[in-house]
Amino acid sequence: MPRKRFDLTFPPNQATKPITYHLVKDYDLTPNILRAQIQPGQEGRMLLEITGPRESFDAGVAFLEQEGITVQPAATDIRLDEDACVLCGLCTAVCRPGALTMSAETGALLFDKDKCVYCEACVVACPRRAITLSF
Amino acid sequence: MAKTWDEINARIAAGEAVVMTAEEFGALAAEEGVPAAAKKVDVVTTGTFGPMCSSGVVLNFGHADPPIRMGEITLNDVEAYGGLAAVDTYLGVTQPSRTKGIEYGGAHVIEDLIRGKAVRLRAQSAGTDCYPRTEIDTWVTLDDLNQAYFFNPRNAYQNYAVAVNTSDRAIHTYLGTLLPHLGNATYCSAGALSPLLNDPTYRTIGVGSRIFVAGAAGYVAWEGTQHNPNQTRDDSGVPVAPAGTLAVIADLKAASPEFYSAATFTGYGASAFVGIGVPIPVLDEEIAATLALTDADITATVIDYGVARRSRPSLGRVTYAQLRSGEIEIDGKKVQTGPISSIAKARRIAEELKSWITEQRFELVKPLQLLPQPGSQGVKPLEIRSEEAN
Repeated sequence: MPRKRFDLTFPPNQATKPITYHLVKDYDLTPNILRAQIQPGQEGRMLLEITGPRESFDAGVAFLEQEGITVQPAATDIRLDEDACVLCGLCTAVCRPGALTMSAETGALLFDKDKCVYCEACVVACPRRAITLSF
Repeated sequence: MAKTWDEINARIAAGEAVVMTAEEFGALAAEEGVPAAAKKVDVVTTGTFGPMCSSGVVLNFGHADPPIRMGEITLNDVEAYGGLAAVDTYLGVTQPSRTKGIEYGGAHVIEDLIRGKAVRLRAQSAGTDCYPRTEIDTWVTLDDLNQAYFFNPRNAYQNYAVAVNTSDRAIHTYLGTLLPHLGNATYCSAGALSPLLNDPTYRTIGVGSRIFVAGAAGYVAWEGTQHNPNQTRDDSGVPVAPAGTLAVIADLKAASPEFYSAATFTGYGASAFVGIGVPIPVLDEEIAATLALTDADITATVIDYGVARRSRPSLGRVTYAQLRSGEIEIDGKKVQTGPISSIAKARRIAEELKSWITEQRFELVKPLQLLPQPGSQGVKPLEIRSEEAN
């Protein structure tokens, strides 16, 4: 079943539309909001993960675009400043989804982007302030 | 097969010494046995790179004209101690900035100095006949200073607690953010690579030992504060909780930003990662036996930091191998773990020290005085009492 992450940009007049309702009800998709900045009357942004059957996937995305929402492949990312990082591993202690882990073998920091929910716990925990989130 | 310090130093000077990191020695001993490994290897190098809050630097600025007896001193807005001679100071790593708080502390000033950056020095004074200046505002770099050296009162803790939190709210500690209901566990030791865990009864590491400090050759100056040789020990004599500590001294001008990094622990404060490495001579099979211990052999005690008291409850013991796997079990519950002490850097330090010795750039120094030994002293608490009670 396809699963993709998108960055949605809502024009100011569309920011309050219940789009996730329609994705579930009309297209049988599973939307998962990972981050959102939505305020009435202002341009809104949402990082949305969509999972669902192939046949309705593209239709669901087409629906969003029809609603005036700009849909782009997710560029939201956790960035690590490798020069500042000392590989202490403290970020892995607060990463509940298990996206950041330490290699028991090499002590290297491993990042599985698909597991990241952009909660920013690592950003706050990093004693070197080496992790930033771009959204 | 016992070897002496002089014999080992002679082999180093001749370029013949066999040097291994503690991890390499553990692997060799597992393969060939401790007696064979003890015979083959002359020196084992150790390393650790963790936050060490009790660290700081002694600085001498030189005299301005007219001169000032610096009273209240700041470096990049971070207060340094003004209670020494006219232009001497001590800057501690945990001191927060007056303007940026814990995001920029004494630790960060020191990192800037090591990186060659200019730092703003401001100081005030009441003025005296011999030191008439009352104010100074200038910029200094590490090169400008007469003396700049680390004097770290407590480094290289021999073992540390594994921190968990059984309370129902997240807490911010010097061991990182601890999630409620045993949501995670953090630990802070280089385990099998840790200097004092390799010489658990301080036979070879003592006052005057030459060591690696933040990329510079330095020395053990004294026992570290809270040095507690009386901690509970396992069958190999290795403490199972925080025990021995080292006070160290080293030239800041020879330090490297690769082995010293400022840190900020959210909700707690500023600190610094300090790289410490200690070479241990393989004098006999007894020391070889502890040098051969691996992460699977060394344990740490799980402590509940959710209880904000001096005595926090213990929730059992785990090995460093278990901690490094990313998950431990506490009361039947699986708990994710995360380190604070960088194992990658610890390995780098042990390797670096190894190359110093094999390249004949570093000889071992036998301690001038042993550290307090097991049985000699513990750690005293601070009791709160009134003057009349004395």
